[in-house]
Amino acid sequence: MTDVQMTDVPALAPDEAQQKLKFYQKGTFTVGNRLISEGERSVQASQARSNALTSGHRACQGCGEALGARYAIDAAMRASGNDLIAVNATGCLEVFTTPYPETSWQLPWLHSLFGNAAAVATGVAAAMRVKGKKTRVIAQGGDGGTTDIGFQCLSGMFERNDDVLYICYDNEGYMNTGVQRSSATPPAARTATTPALGPEPGNVFGTGKFVPKIAVAHNIPYVATATVADLHDLERKVVKAMAIHGARYIQINVPCPLGWGAPSCDTIKLARFAVECGLYPIFEAEHGRVTHARKIRKQIPVREYLKLQKRYAHLFRGGVDDPRVARIQAICDAHIAEYGLLGDDEEV
Amino acid sequence: MLKQIEGSHAMAEAIALCRPEVICAYPITPQTHIVEGLGELVKSGELENCEFINVESEFAALSVAIGASAAGARAYTATASQGLLFMAEAVYNAAGLGLPIVMTLGNRAIGAPINIWNDHSDAMSMRDAGWIQLFAETNQEAVDLHILAFRLAEELSMPVMVCVDGFILTHAFERIDIPEQAQVDAFLPPYDPVQVLDPENPASIGAMVGPEAFTEVRFLAHYKQRQALRLIPAFSAELGKIFGRATGGLLRTYRIEDAETVVVAMGSICGTIKDTVDEMREDGVKIGVVCLVSFRPFPVEALGEVLAEAKDVVVVEKSIAVGVGGALADNIEGALRNLEKRPRLHSAIAGLGGRPIPRDSLRRLFETAVTDPWEGPHFLDLNDRVVGREIHRVRKVRRSGSTAENILRQLALTSQLPQD
Ligand SMILES: Cc1ncc(C[n+]2csc(CCOP(=O)(O)OP(=O)(O)O)c2C)c(N)n1
Ligand code: SF4
Ligand SMILES: [Mg+2]
Repeated sequence: MTDVQMTDVPALAPDEAQQKLKFYQKGTFTVGNRLISEGERSVQASQARSNALTSGHRACQGCGEALGARYAIDAAMRASGNDLIAVNATGCLEVFTTPYPETSWQLPWLHSLFGNAAAVATGVAAAMRVKGKKTRVIAQGGDGGTTDIGFQCLSGMFERNDDVLYICYDNEGYMNTGVQRSSATPPAARTATTPALGPEPGNVFGTGKFVPKIAVAHNIPYVATATVADLHDLERKVVKAMAIHGARYIQINVPCPLGWGAPSCDTIKLARFAVECGLYPIFEAEHGRVTHARKIRKQIPVREYLKLQKRYAHLFRGGVDDPRVARIQAICDAHIAEYGLLGDDEEV
Repeated sequence: MLKQIEGSHAMAEAIALCRPEVICAYPITPQTHIVEGLGELVKSGELENCEFINVESEFAALSVAIGASAAGARAYTATASQGLLFMAEAVYNAAGLGLPIVMTLGNRAIGAPINIWNDHSDAMSMRDAGWIQLFAETNQEAVDLHILAFRLAEELSMPVMVCVDGFILTHAFERIDIPEQAQVDAFLPPYDPVQVLDPENPASIGAMVGPEAFTEVRFLAHYKQRQALRLIPAFSAELGKIFGRATGGLLRTYRIEDAETVVVAMGSICGTIKDTVDEMREDGVKIGVVCLVSFRPFPVEALGEVLAEAKDVVVVEKSIAVGVGGALADNIEGALRNLEKRPRLHSAIAGLGGRPIPRDSLRRLFETAVTDPWEGPHFLDLNDRVVGREIHRVRKVRRSGSTAENILRQLALTSQLPQD
């Protein structure tokens, strides 16, 4: 028996008796986080999210593009107070979200052509300006619609600094037409037009372009790369972009289970590995200067990333690594050096 | 107000009076002066509430117009020749989306060989794109047709192309009556879109459609364009009343009352043809002209009416559908098909790449049509000697080089030869 009252007992155990819990979710890739304050939570975690790209669409299971678009557009919707118009290039996103009379889009949405989304968005923005409306405008397309056929319109929109946020969903190929090579297809990757045949199967080395860098060279107010492996970061970048006026560009790495030859459940893992091996640098740039690079948390050899995908299966035939794996590793190393991807994470 | 003014500038002033809200500009001869004129009007502040956008290509020009129009703004652009082909995909798209964009086409030949001069190949290349296509005979008409075009486009929710002959109209200085703002305002109400991108009322525009609806969609586009056969005369009459002059219409006739031979043509060449007709009438030839204003929609019935009494119909057109002949002649043929007394049809291709069309040649053509009709398309003023030599040369030498270059060499050579 003790006469100590319960109310006299301190609320916390002595320091040495406390469990050292690490709430790893905070500041990590995880999204549905109830342990952090309201303000820090993701847009998707909010019941008030707009669901601008709502359920019921026809994307493949595990489609990175569908995921990326949902987060990006909802974040843009919140940032604009739901006063937003979207222009969409032809491609998977356009096709799987819409065939008439159905649509997954709960915001005004216009599809014109494959290669003109940036210019059409310029027109919409011009109309808003002339009408004195505050409505914001985004354009979106796949890597093919952005880096190849839509590139001239994109560059024109950048150069004029039109008030458009362009979002490129980079799944590294023309997926809607059956997985052909685009200028964003990485070296060695097998596509329908870079078959895994001949002495050097898959896509060639030394070709292709990384449009975020070209966007930076246009000196536009904001450029960023993002990944569906870090949806907090993706949302933050969209929100940041929406706070700026003028031409803005965000390119999101969105794994495509079908085109990459990977299980649907590996989409996030693949996106994370693409970042962690250094192949897909995640950075931000403002007015022509790189201002921030997202550090690699736990560096992995690119081999780990490649091995998960059938589009690289020819690199590991017969249990031996093709020497080109080392060449891809060199590309990763170059990215790590160029963007300073190793070291302390300044982000959290 | 009457002004001594360049055609392009007059058109720019007329377009400005229509209060366009977004203008997309990309240079190509011979439409440059029109957008330059509009650029000045915007920059000087004379044309208010208008975004003037210097784009990076014609494909972008029309794409920007598509975005602006879909978002509820009155949109305008202009192009010619290669520019129209460069925007071809968007030309069809604008029509398919039912966007009332108005575009001036400064008619010019299409290369190769590259050629900046006037003919109608460009307009003909897009004749099935779903746009209304109106051809101006004079700069006065070009001014009027632009004002008509905005009204027509917005009434039907369909794009309209105003075709004006490059250089012959665009670069000609003449006396033109520029309407007053109040007159245009009385005729042209503000743009009220059929469907618009609006966050208050979100719609998905331009989505995919399958075989179950596509035929009906296209039928209705065709049906809708045929409505213009009624609206063009009605709007023209309304406009004519405001301006106090006859203007527009589906077609215009000249001295066809008792005509046995009727010439059909489009655009500025109608003026030269009228002069030729006057000349021939003085000599007692029963000849008249039908000047076609609306090429799309094609006024089959109206044409049938004015051509019903003719014995011979001569179609003079400034383009060639390679491998077939004259596209306009083909269309006219369709209009004649159901006539009781079907006139003979004679197809002539003239004025390609800016080749002058002199009255003498026209007169010879019209006379020959009656006395010695030809088969298929007749190329007016074709240099048979040069063509003959080139055909023989090409047969002999495999690496025969550029036809265009060879013809010019021949011309240089033959100019020194005695003429036969
Ligand atoms: C002018 C034109 N060329 C080609 C096509 C065919 N096409 C439609 S979608 C597509 C691939 C889209 O690839 P991407 O932009 O990367 O988007 P994804 O489907 O991969 O998301 C192609 C080639 C087209 N619709 N229009
Ligand atoms: S093919 Fe790829 S990008 Fe297209 S819907 Fe499927 S997973 Fe998504
Ligand atoms: Mg793609």
